[in-house]
Amino acid sequence: MHPAPSIILFTTLSGLGFGMLAFLGLDVPAPRGWIAFWFFLIAYVLAVGGLLASTFHLGHPERALKAFTQWRSSWLSREAWLAVATLVLMGIYALGLVFFDVRLRLFGIAGGLLALGTVFATSMIYTQMRTVPRWNHWTTPILFLAYAIVGGALLTGRVELARALLPLLLILQVFAWIDMDRHEKADPTNIGTATGLGDRGTVRAFEAPHTGENYLTKEMVFRVGRKHSSVLKVLALFIGMLLPAFLLFLPFNHVFAAFAVLLHLTGVLVQRWLFFAEARHVVSFYYGR
Amino acid sequence: MTTLPQHTEKSLGLVIDLDTCVGCHACVTACKGWNTENYGAPLADTDAYGANPVGSFLNRVHSYEVQPETGPAQLFHMPKSCLHCADAPCVTVCPTGASYKRVEDGIVLVNEQDCIGCGLCAWACPYGAREMDPSEGVMKKCTLCVDRIYNENLPEEDRQPACVRTCPAGARHFGDLSDPESDVSKLVAERGGIDLMPEQGTSPVNQYLPPRPRDEAPEFDVLAQFLEPVAEEPSGFLGWLDRTLSKVS
Repeated sequence: MHPAPSIILFTTLSGLGFGMLAFLGLDVPAPRGWIAFWFFLIAYVLAVGGLLASTFHLGHPERALKAFTQWRSSWLSREAWLAVATLVLMGIYALGLVFFDVRLRLFGIAGGLLALGTVFATSMIYTQMRTVPRWNHWTTPILFLAYAIVGGALLTGRVELARALLPLLLILQVFAWIDMDRHEKADPTNIGTATGLGDRGTVRAFEAPHTGENYLTKEMVFRVGRKHSSVLKVLALFIGMLLPAFLLFLPFNHVFAAFAVLLHLTGVLVQRWLFFAEARHVVSFYYGR
Repeated sequence: MTTLPQHTEKSLGLVIDLDTCVGCHACVTACKGWNTENYGAPLADTDAYGANPVGSFLNRVHSYEVQPETGPAQLFHMPKSCLHCADAPCVTVCPTGASYKRVEDGIVLVNEQDCIGCGLCAWACPYGAREMDPSEGVMKKCTLCVDRIYNENLPEEDRQPACVRTCPAGARHFGDLSDPESDVSKLVAERGGIDLMPEQGTSPVNQYLPPRPRDEAPEFDVLAQFLEPVAEEPSGFLGWLDRTLSKVS
């Protein structure tokens, strides 16, 4: 799949933002006053910034409100509802904490759970794709939620929790990559089932329908990712998890913590790039690629 | 509404004969022509006369080579457009309700006024049947020429999809595949029509007729019967020469 920068930024930033909101809503003690203000500001900038980035890849962003109509069947529509509900409830919760020194417990709990629900809905947009075997698997929602939770712990300054979670995330990610490879290999779709000619012999794409590229080959038949994937995987693990964990085990220091957050963010961006670039859409069989 | 109907009154679709298609791409041209001038946004091209022309098409013809275990390789041409699936995954992912499957005839359509161009339906389709228009930013797909098949301003023989009407080889057929008595259903039954990617669980309406077995030419030389039979063992003088030389060598 084509790793569109707008979608990579969206899933990474809004994942971190909603992960942060989940911690701010559910975790005690909740920050108050100016400290709460800065925490909520960062969380909202990440979450809303990510959502805005996602509208850049739309052909008609001015019609985006229509995406709220099909929550019965569409995960994208559910995500839109969950995101707005989270932002509204957490907004009220934040107002109480920042300006009135009041903790509206129910708003926090509901908003925090909805934040996790938003991340889950995002992950289901990819998981539901039967056409992309690497995504169509239970590891996808677990990974998205795990990245949101670890990012949220890091960004809300839960140092001890982040120390424990970063190595766990590393193990989960390595397992998920191995499992995704296995799942993709086991997928029954191939050029034989795509053409219905597989039982006659070896099928080879002889001529494409056109000499150049088209929307399909640009959007779904992207191949660069597989070439450098092992190097990038090691980089994602090293920058995204090992280095931040190392920095957190040093005596606590705000500069180190800020670096840990930035390194983690970079690692997640690499991981997300791979999530798209490595994924193979079954339409590529029609193009023999 | 992007939930799929439980049942459609008809299942209009195409039957494509892989044995007959000659790969001339006339259906591609007819499709692009009709659908650029009629229903919805025109099918745009960018850099049409430049080095990297890219455009949206609703129908494309692939060519495949099949190498059997024995014998020469065979070439097949495979036109591919929307298969108007009964369980269309492109419809349910749509967040705006722009994509829908019609109850009256089973055609899958896009309401372009509601499409936000998110591209999710194109991801959900295993066949590559949906393409984003490069100029309009909305999703384009085969409409089964919904503006021809019911169009009473056209002569009756033209009330079928442009690709079917234009096919010079008769490789494309149009009809109601839910009616077992229709010509297309009979054709599918007779020739053993197949689904593409059945394992994807989309239950496509369009059917492909697999190529019939090729005639096998026996090893046969048309001139052989007119030739003198050749003696296996030489006799006479040549026989004596052969035996003598064999002893020496």
